[in-house]
Amino acid sequence: MCSMSQEKTIKTTTGIDSLRSEIRDKSVRVIDVRREEDYKQSHIPTAVNLPLANLLSDDSPERVLKLVKAMGIDDQTPVVVYDDTFGALASRVAWTLEYLGHSDVSLLETTFSKWKSLGLENDNKTPEIQSKEHSIHLKPEILATSDYLETSKDKPDVILIDNRERLNYLEQHIPGAISLPYRTLATQDKILRPKDDMKRLLDNRGISGNSEIITYCGSVGTLSGLAYYALKSVGLPNVKLYVRSFKEWKGLEKPIAKQQDANYWDLSAE
Amino acid sequence: MTVSDLKQSYPDSPKPKINWARNEEAEDFANTVKLFRQGKYDEDSFRRYRLQHGAYGTRMTNDYAMVRIKLPAGEVYPHQLEKISQLSEQFSIGSAHFSTRENIQLHWVILEDVSEILRGLAEVGLTSREACGNSVRNVMCSPLSGVCPDEEFDSTPYALATARFFLRNPMSQSLPRKFKFNFTCCEKHGMVRMVDVGLIPQTRDLDGTIQKGFKIFLGGGLGNKSFVGYQLEEFTPEEDLLNTSIAVIRIFDRLGDRKNMARNRMRYLVNDMGWEKFQNLVLKERAIVRATQSVITRLEVDHTPSIIKRPIRISDESGSSIPDGYTRWLKTNTLKQRQSEYSSVFITLEAGDITSNQITALATIIQEFSSEGHARAGFVQNIALRYVHDDDLPRLYSKLLTFGLAKSGALTMAAPIGCSGTTSCNLALTNSHRLAKEIQRKFLELKLDQDDDLRDSSIKISGCPNACGQHGIATIGFFGGGARVGKEMYPNYQMSLGGRSDGETMLGATCHRIPAKRVIPVILKIIELFKQNKKSDDTLKDWIHRIVNGKEDTEIKSILDMRKALDSFTIPPTKEEDPDFYNDYGSDSSYHTKTGKGECAA
Repeated sequence: MCSMSQEKTIKTTTGIDSLRSEIRDKSVRVIDVRREEDYKQSHIPTAVNLPLANLLSDDSPERVLKLVKAMGIDDQTPVVVYDDTFGALASRVAWTLEYLGHSDVSLLETTFSKWKSLGLENDNKTPEIQSKEHSIHLKPEILATSDYLETSKDKPDVILIDNRERLNYLEQHIPGAISLPYRTLATQDKILRPKDDMKRLLDNRGISGNSEIITYCGSVGTLSGLAYYALKSVGLPNVKLYVRSFKEWKGLEKPIAKQQDANYWDLSAE
Repeated sequence: MTVSDLKQSYPDSPKPKINWARNEEAEDFANTVKLFRQGKYDEDSFRRYRLQHGAYGTRMTNDYAMVRIKLPAGEVYPHQLEKISQLSEQFSIGSAHFSTRENIQLHWVILEDVSEILRGLAEVGLTSREACGNSVRNVMCSPLSGVCPDEEFDSTPYALATARFFLRNPMSQSLPRKFKFNFTCCEKHGMVRMVDVGLIPQTRDLDGTIQKGFKIFLGGGLGNKSFVGYQLEEFTPEEDLLNTSIAVIRIFDRLGDRKNMARNRMRYLVNDMGWEKFQNLVLKERAIVRATQSVITRLEVDHTPSIIKRPIRISDESGSSIPDGYTRWLKTNTLKQRQSEYSSVFITLEAGDITSNQITALATIIQEFSSEGHARAGFVQNIALRYVHDDDLPRLYSKLLTFGLAKSGALTMAAPIGCSGTTSCNLALTNSHRLAKEIQRKFLELKLDQDDDLRDSSIKISGCPNACGQHGIATIGFFGGGARVGKEMYPNYQMSLGGRSDGETMLGATCHRIPAKRVIPVILKIIELFKQNKKSDDTLKDWIHRIVNGKEDTEIKSILDMRKALDSFTIPPTKEEDPDFYNDYGSDSSYHTKTGKGECAA
């Protein structure tokens, strides 16, 4: 009972029940990262809106600090983020807060649609927020840049993970990356598999121990953001997000690998 | 309670009678992969183990596998489809593939993820065990068994019992080569002469009591060299079904060629030995089996009838209009069942491919429309929904249309088969898979599915001579290879005509070599020649049959005449005139043949 604080440091998701009681206690800041019009229609009570596109328009630490303050978040405020896109957009926002130095941030364990389908409370009121003070303690150890990736990806204790869909990976990927599509991380109901399940899956793939793990996806680090939290959820200590992902890598004309001599696209019924 | 517990489901949706899975196999597979990667398991033993568990190799790589999920007798239930949909999204390419042998295949799976798929399958009672390797492969049954107007009785329970008897049975873990059983409903809908053991249900009157039994065919099969099977005896009573199966497997196990991988299917044994000798051996061995086997060795044939219960209509849409295309679809995709007021509906997929979203939709559609509560995989990379009440057909069509599952022509020539070809197979020389899709699109565009003259014909394509695409039994069959002009190569197909798998089963006669990019024009030309020369009431199948057998008396009298009529299509243009001619479908670079090692015979 008294070891709750220990638990909290590795918490990556917040359960529905916990969030509901935290909302009742007014002890949490909930961030809805969906588009503004969706937010305005209905959202989890007390949630503030930070559409991902808004954040991405300028995600420099100075700007993010302003946004965080305006959302009434101080260094100690527990923050829970949710979306309606299997946790990927929420992950990208949560990671950004973490990078700024905010330690108590987690993802709602499910999506807003699921929340609503369970008949849980929602409203359309925009809460009045008192802005708060927040410090900056950047955490460069959770960020990978293209330069960093290029120099470290071939080291034996570095694992590079591509979270795009399998066919995109086969077509082109960063040399040395392994494929772990974002769909693999979730269950039907939750944005992340239960811990034991996730651990077994990752163990099978050799993703374990003290290796440095870098995740990337197509363009802005959403799918790989979710993977970042999946890896953290099993307690892997050294995970980085290559936040500019494959789009930047390709734009910089860095080397690309491809699965040759097979017409795998023609197996798709899309 | 999890969220999914709260999800509404159909309260009384039927559950499968047999659990094919063993939970411990997933973990064992995961551990074995780890040992293999650590070098503690040699390559050959690992390959055998992997294949025994239904994971086949993938083109040009050792990092991926194809997982082949068996659907014994073709039966698949809604919750099983939902699971397969999830697994394809999580561990494969977001699509799955219905094969010609009632399997569902997940391609481009990372070897280390295979155990996760086995785990998921076990949750819904499915297995991929012995779907590959030298074992008894998925036991097939006609998708119409139980509803076919021409059948003597439903052979489904016998197919299921046979599958259950041999699965994991030590007797069939290490045969000289793979071994296949096909049960069917009648002569017309089966493929009993093109398989190791083919069975047609039949009855006889024995002093006033009706006795059930089978017509059994042995030693047929398609491949690099194909053979038509022989009928063992006039009538095999049902009590002798298992004895006969065991006898045949014992003889194959004892005498089959274990050295020469290219000729070790049972059909070669039968051919080398001669049918009469083989037949005698089987009958003698069966007498021994009969005399020596324990009374507890028997097929557990479950005769509990399926519950047929028309699903409750959830919303009444009787006032809504029937969408366009309904009549065409009704004509080319549905069959009246033996049971009045019910139809079987066939869903055709492009070369058997279906997206994970479509699989999920299918699961719901089965619950909403099939009065037997499950679906059956068919013989031609398709799915059948049976016991659909005739009144529900328009509504079902609308529903299928919404999910892109209402392509017409399922029961016609417009639903060609294409093996996986260069999309995933190590042995493939051409992209037969895509070619099948292109032909289907062209046929539907030209509305050829509505042409009654073409209805009973078929097109089947293999990407190499090994016949997974069953080209040998097609009215117009193709198998892929490479051809050369000077230094340039182009994809090419050997075309055969007149193959069939019905009561008059025969292999197609070799006709011509057709460049890949000329295949569609050539098919259309053959149809044009047929239309010019046909007799009234003639079908393309009959016309070609007469040509192949030298019995046609018009312009095209023989295969040679046909060959001449098509000569102009086979002349390669220069690369400058037509660069596309030199690329295979699905590729924008110059064609070259490249193959790896096959492991059908591992």
